[in-house]
Amino acid sequence: MAIQDKTAKAMPAGKRRFGGLLALAASMMLATTVVAKPPTAEVNTTNLAVTDDTVRVGILHSVTGTMAISEAGSVQAEILAIEQINAQGGVLGRKIEYIQEDGASDWPTFAERARKLLRQDRVAAVFGAWTSASRKAVLPVFEQFNGMLYYPTFYEGLEQSPNVIYTGQEATQQILASIDWLAQEKGAKTFYLMGSDYIWPRTSNKIARIHIEEKLGLRVVGEDYFPLGHTNFNSTINRIRLRRPDVIFASVVGGSNVAFYRQLKAAGIDLSRGDITLLTISVTEDEILGIGGENIEGAYASMKYFQSLDNPNNEAFVKAFKERWGENSVIGDVTQAAYLGPWLWKEAVERAGSFDIDKVRAASPGIELTTAPEGYVKVHENHHLWSRARIGRALRNGQFEVVHETADLMEPDPFPAGYQ
Amino acid sequence: MFSEYSATELGSILAMQGFAGLILFAVFVLMALGLAIIFGQMGVINMAHGEFMILGAYVTYLTSNLFANHFPDLFGSYFFFAMAFAFIATALLGALVEWGMIRFLYHRPLDTLLATWGLSLILQQTYRSLFGAREVGVVIPDWLMGSYRITDFIEIPINGIFVMILAIVVTFIVYLLMFRSSWGRQVRAVVQNRPMAGAVGINTARVDRLTFALGCGIAGVAGSAFTMIGSTGPTSGQLYIVDTFLVVVFGGAASLLGTVASAFTISQSQSALEFFIGGSMAKVLTLMFVVIILMFRPQGLFTLKVRR
Repeated sequence: MAIQDKTAKAMPAGKRRFGGLLALAASMMLATTVVAKPPTAEVNTTNLAVTDDTVRVGILHSVTGTMAISEAGSVQAEILAIEQINAQGGVLGRKIEYIQEDGASDWPTFAERARKLLRQDRVAAVFGAWTSASRKAVLPVFEQFNGMLYYPTFYEGLEQSPNVIYTGQEATQQILASIDWLAQEKGAKTFYLMGSDYIWPRTSNKIARIHIEEKLGLRVVGEDYFPLGHTNFNSTINRIRLRRPDVIFASVVGGSNVAFYRQLKAAGIDLSRGDITLLTISVTEDEILGIGGENIEGAYASMKYFQSLDNPNNEAFVKAFKERWGENSVIGDVTQAAYLGPWLWKEAVERAGSFDIDKVRAASPGIELTTAPEGYVKVHENHHLWSRARIGRALRNGQFEVVHETADLMEPDPFPAGYQ
Repeated sequence: MFSEYSATELGSILAMQGFAGLILFAVFVLMALGLAIIFGQMGVINMAHGEFMILGAYVTYLTSNLFANHFPDLFGSYFFFAMAFAFIATALLGALVEWGMIRFLYHRPLDTLLATWGLSLILQQTYRSLFGAREVGVVIPDWLMGSYRITDFIEIPINGIFVMILAIVVTFIVYLLMFRSSWGRQVRAVVQNRPMAGAVGINTARVDRLTFALGCGIAGVAGSAFTMIGSTGPTSGQLYIVDTFLVVVFGGAASLLGTVASAFTISQSQSALEFFIGGSMAKVLTLMFVVIILMFRPQGLFTLKVRR
């Protein structure tokens, strides 16, 4: 309402009558063509950037710096979702406008941009952050100014904020099902855990180790960490050769990934021949672009989404994505999770009948999405998603073939009892 | 630690680890030679060294695409052309940078540090705009990707052997250029006494430009070779820069022999430690070891004796 008053005052007296006529005519037309939409004053009581026709949201990812490599897909997915929602008439009859900010792979910049989006732009929701470090940096900002963040990346768990909806998997959703599968289908008895040296691989391997040793009674024969950006894996490959594990369980990230798989293949360990079983929780279709399909063929990845998923939702999603961003686009797990963000927010807003953050939050648990490319998802009380765990086998062409999926949705459990 | 392995296994592992260390040594030498020439001979700290390497990698990527599309029959040997192109492209860019920026900043080492760091950011963003933020996959000819099986247990990666041979060849060429050519004599004269070298008729500006271009060109060749073992993306150069500086500083800034010796020491200790205690701790211990040695020998392992 406040915004309407302002425009009326800004108009010169002579034009006001004419403006009034126009508005009258417009409202008559609207009344006949469009379903009545709730007045702005009703759906926005906290002074967010909502007008009669538009609602403003933010996209906050790195488009420059090291992380741009990974975050590019998420930005594309979020923009695509927003455009699709607008094409269907928007949210509560309002078109979504987005403001994109660049976190520049720098965590303080993320926090500062988040503050700008919430305080200055007064956005109704933010889709963004990618690394755990950037999420931790913006978290206090979202809690202080009561914003809503939709966070797309699979991550280590151990977090639950009233101001964040986590659309990726927390650690147990990626790890438990995949290790069970390795033990049952591959008859794995011994595991070699390796990863880059920061919180996500270390937490993931901790959960994996407890599951392997205590729940399944199997053996971990080695655990190894590398500084981010490590490029020489020959010594580790020798170590693996000597320990002869049934399974390499890998969570190496970034440029190191490329080095690791290339050197593994060059060392004569060919995953496609089944020399050893390798399961990764850090390689999606995106990463294979850099690694090269011929170098990683035969590796298994534990994700909730693969571009090759065979269902009508995904077919439509992949088609739309390629139409919007080019025929050569690839879509990884996180890209799909980012795509869910705007849709989940739309559902929550419509269920709440309001853009107010508190009402959207209250309406979020229990939100279902039957149109998700990964299939059906549902928001849990703890703000994470119920989703299936899937295992894909990497193919030479850079895609995965799905070899296993859990029968039921896995419950998200960010604070897994017995695994900490 | 060893009790669980048989004697043959231990022997094989020793051999494999020896090779792993040698491969790392060759990688370090290739990385550091270009920087050592620029830093040692000209006193310029080139923070953009990694980005010059990645330019070489991108040139390799373009060359592989060119051969795949137009000369598929020659694809197996494209790598040699790629390395030549990489050298030419990075040397040209190096000469341009020297002409446009570095030559105004001699005698101001801290300013060159800042300026070349800025240059590295500019180059990164340029790569990102030209080739996209994602890493590109450089397809390596099959004969370079396999391994050579000596026994059941010992397998030597062919790309590792390739990198080793390349490192030897490049080092030898640099040696010839620096110590057996008249141009090398000019370079060394300029390093030892710039005003006097100028006074006897050496064109010091030209020597500087060629030296800088040569250093960058070698970085390009290294980057080209590293597409076999590492990633090619806008910021991949950052992966190498720390190790490169470590090798050069530890070796003694003005000595090429020092660079080789330091690369050998660091690579062998790193590789052996990695095998026993894992990647992260190996890095920590290696750095500690280097820091302690530098505390006692701040000038590095080898120094050039010059009368000042």
